[in-house]
This record gives sequence, C-alpha cells and structure tokens, in this order.
Amino acid sequence: MAGVTLGFILLPLVLVTWLAFFRQEIPSFPPEGYSLQWFGAVLNNKSFVGGFLLSFQTGIAATLIGLALAVPASLAIARRTFRGRGFASALLLMPIVVPGVVLGTSIYVFQIEAEIATGLPLLGTTTGLIAAHALIVIPWATRLVTASLSGFDPAIEEAAKNLGATPWTTFWRVTLPAIRPGIVAGALFGFVTSFGNLEMSLFLVGAGRTTLPIAILQYLEWKIDPTVAAVSVIQIALIAVTMIVTDRYVKISQVV
Amino acid sequence: MARLELIDLSKRYGDQVAVAGATLNVSDGEFLVLLGPSGCGKTTTLRMIAGFVEPSGGAARIGGIDVTYLAPWHRNTGMVFQSYALFPHMTVMENVAFGLEMRKLAKAEITGRAREALRLVRLEGYADRLPRQLSGGQQQRVALARALAIRPDVLLLDEPLSNLDAKLREEVRIEIRELQRQLGLTTIMVTHDQEEALTVADRLVVMAEGEIRQIGSQRDLYERPTDRFVAGFVGRSTFLEGKVIAPGEFETAGGLRLRCRGEDIVGAAVLMLRPERLSIGGANGQDNRATGQVEFVSYLGAVLELHVRLSPADRVVVQLANRHDAAAPAVGDAVEVGWHRDAGMVFAEQRN
Repeated sequence: MAGVTLGFILLPLVLVTWLAFFRQEIPSFPPEGYSLQWFGAVLNNKSFVGGFLLSFQTGIAATLIGLALAVPASLAIARRTFRGRGFASALLLMPIVVPGVVLGTSIYVFQIEAEIATGLPLLGTTTGLIAAHALIVIPWATRLVTASLSGFDPAIEEAAKNLGATPWTTFWRVTLPAIRPGIVAGALFGFVTSFGNLEMSLFLVGAGRTTLPIAILQYLEWKIDPTVAAVSVIQIALIAVTMIVTDRYVKISQVV
Repeated sequence: MARLELIDLSKRYGDQVAVAGATLNVSDGEFLVLLGPSGCGKTTTLRMIAGFVEPSGGAARIGGIDVTYLAPWHRNTGMVFQSYALFPHMTVMENVAFGLEMRKLAKAEITGRAREALRLVRLEGYADRLPRQLSGGQQQRVALARALAIRPDVLLLDEPLSNLDAKLREEVRIEIRELQRQLGLTTIMVTHDQEEALTVADRLVVMAEGEIRQIGSQRDLYERPTDRFVAGFVGRSTFLEGKVIAPGEFETAGGLRLRCRGEDIVGAAVLMLRPERLSIGGANGQDNRATGQVEFVSYLGAVLELHVRLSPADRVVVQLANRHDAAAPAVGDAVEVGWHRDAGMVFAEQRN
C-alpha cells in the first residue's frame, strides 16, 4: 500500500525528469535519444531567468515578513488565553484555505482601491507581490511554530528568568533557539508555497515582470517542448537540496 | 544564603483565595518544607517567593530586603522545577553557566564556578552532553547544579523529586539534604509527599485550603497536631466520631466510652488514634480496652496492620511489630484492643 502511494507521488516527478533529457522537440515515447540542450534553453530564456529571480526574491522577502508576524502571533496563541483565541488561530490559517483565485481577486481589488486612496503605486510592483505572498507564508509559519511551542515547557522560560535573564534575553537565548525547528520548517514550507504560487500571482504581477510559474504557463501557451520539463527539474532539484540541507540542521520530520 | 520572611503574604484570583496571609520566618541555612495536598497554596507561595506570582497583599523579604514586587530576574533565588526545565538546546555546562553569564561574570570565573557546581552533583564527566542524553536523575542534578551555581540567597525546590522513581527519589533527596547542609543554604521545598517532607526538613509547614495550619518540627506535627487535618495528613491515624461527655471522657458514635486527654473541648468531637500506640491483648497501664473482630489484615513486612471493628460505627487500625515468634491474629478473630489515654487526641469537629 505504501508502495502504491509512493509510486503515485513519484511517478509525475520521474516522468518530468525523464522528459527533460529527451533529445527530440516533440515529447513522444520512446525517446529518440538524450541531450542536455533543454537546460541550456532554459538558461537562455530571459523570461525563465527573470521569473526565477523574481520568484526567489519574492519568496525570501515574503518568508521573512511572514515569520516576523507569525512568531509573535504563535507565542500569543500558544501561551496566552484571551477571548477569541480559537478564532484568531483559525483566521491565521485562512489564506491557505481560501482558493488562490479568490485570494488573488480580492488582493487585486484591494490594491487598486489602496492605490486610489493613497496615490502610492502598489499593483504590479514587487512590494505589492511580496505583501500578498507574505499572506500565504503566515499560515504555514504559524502552524509549525505553534506546534513546536506546544511541546515546549513554559517552566523553561521561568528557569531562565529565575537565573537572571530579562524577558527579552529569555526570548533570544532560550525560547527562540528551542522553537528553531518549527521556525525553519515554517520558513521552508512558506518559501516553497510562495515560490510555486501561480493563481494569486497572476493577478498581481506587472507587465513584463513575471514569476517563474507564470513564465512557465506563458511558455506552455505557445509550445510544448522539454524546456518546460527542464525548468521543472531545476525547481525540483533546488527544493530537494534545500530540504536535505535544512534537515541536516533541523529534523523537519520531528515538527511536521 | 539569607533569612527569608513572609509577612501576611496572600494571593487572590478574583474571589478565589489561593494563599490566605502566609506568615513565615525562615532562618539562615534552614531547610523548610511546605507540605500539603494539591491546591493548598504551597506552590503559589513558592512562586511568590521566586517572583512568578505577584502577591495580592503582604510582603516578602530576603535577607532583610523587601522583594515583594521585584521581578524574578532581579532576585537571587535558585529554583529547581518539577519538570527540571533544562534548556534543551544547551549542553549541561551551558545550562549551569547560564545564570553566571546573566550575572556578567568573567569567563574564567563562569567556567570555574560551573565546574564546581557540576562537581557538587557528581556530574563533572557530563559537561558536554545535552539534557536529552541524560537520565531523569541526572537531569534533576543538572537542574540542581544550575540553581546552586548562582549561589542563591534562597534555594527553592518545587516538587523536585516527583518525576523520579521511588528508589532514585530516596537517593536524590538525601543528596539534596546533604548538599544543602554542607553549603548552609536557606531552602524552601514544596511537596505533597509526607515521607519526603519528614526526611529532609528542619521544620515543616502544613498548608490546606490556602492557609498555614501548623508550623513545627516533625515531632511537633506528629505528637501535637493542631487540628484534625494535620493529624490526618502527617502519619497514619484512625478517627472515631463522637462527643466529649466530660473532661477526659469521650463517647463514640457507636456508644463506646473511652478515656482520653482532658482537652478544652465540649460536644461533638473526633478522637484520633495512632495505630502504633494501640496494642492487642492485655498490657499494663492501659486506660482503654475494647474487644472487637479483626476485619482486615495488611501485611507490610516489618509491621502488620489490623483493622478491628469495635462497634458497628467504630473501626480502629492497630499496628503490630512483625515478630516471628508470635502468631498474628487473622481475619475473623476476636481480639482485645487496648491503649493509654495519651495514645490519642481529641479535636473539635471541623471541616475535613
């Protein structure tokens, strides 16, 4: 049973990877031969390279902002009892529950209204894109940081204070390092979600500035050749490497 | 090391009284145990001394200095938590050095004092381990070393042994007591385990429902409990319901007329009897004798406990030394139970 599940998950990944190395332009089986030319094509394609850079930049910035908001929120939810705590906790998950198209539409409308009201450029800017992506990072970060806090004994913080640490020192020296696995896992999942997001970004990117998923979609509208497979393989490899490297420092499997 | 004084220290949560005016004087180097069932306010009292709970009234002084509203990190108390509360991401050495770092001591002094503290708890060889690589007993000793390293004015122990198994608990408590004596540390320990309390304490404080019921030595609490609660909580006892009919005379609910110490109590009362002060069969100097049937026998090794029904409403527990030469009474046997009037105490009827 586990084998079937694993196969179900891996089959598309294996196929796309295989396809990326086909020599012929029209994907058909069996392959006529193998080549690395499509990887070269990816690197020569301006919209792929530009898309990758924008997606990467957006993902990093959104993750940092998302974490800065999610860590205090998680601390409040895990430690304090206040009216509407359950509601707040559910609300923080909303951005990944609401369909991406709905989210994209509402942020699109909001950004237009905000631009009209303030006169500041927002729609189509990287800032606007990052703000929206921070929104989809927050649920992952909150979820995972809250999970690591739930296994964290509050007496540990009291011990630090008892030994002379101020609340601030206690947070930096004791709380933060103890919940680091949750933060790293939250950051990783948040980044991956942001990097792969298509539906929401479609509404928010400016002319000539696209994220990688949009660049792939646009390319596919014109032709299907192994270049698309090659760009996917590069993404898969990047994410896999990030996960493996991260796992060396933090056991993600313990948190998720 | 310092004196600790609590003056009418209290804590209320809304209408709920957690601690109702605790007044205590703990002298320099004394080992004081707060004993009581859960919810009696002993932990709240300890946490007020550490500064984690803000008192609703009264005052706390350490070494003559008022600390009532001082933040925990400005007090020099060393606390050992029930869950040990070691910093999971730091090594044993880093854990023990943490409090010294907070005091901004020179690097060499930090290392020296942390090593010294680890030596005291016999864990010199474990400096580079992480807490999760240690057994429960070792973690407990690291927690102790961490609290000792800062040379606290007062050492606070919050049920420090309750997560250890019985055998280890005995060892560690003796170790804590010896260290405390050797270092002359003023120490407050909270526990609900009377045996633990009796073994380590210089003085004990029995608490119930947020109030201090009695302060005294082991002997004071056992021989002269101030009320029925203390009598029941410290040591084994049997209680017979009834009333005082004349000074020194008690009539049980089952109609037995017994002689007792002449206390200033009239009317409804309870007579408390310590099982080891009762005996089976005739003996000299006994003021009370009553016959009854053995209903239950507990074999506890060194001693036997007989539950003897003296009347439909009165059952007493008699403790006998386990002597190999004597045949012990069995369930169903009729026996004569006797005791001196000083074996028991009379308390006025009260809640619990």
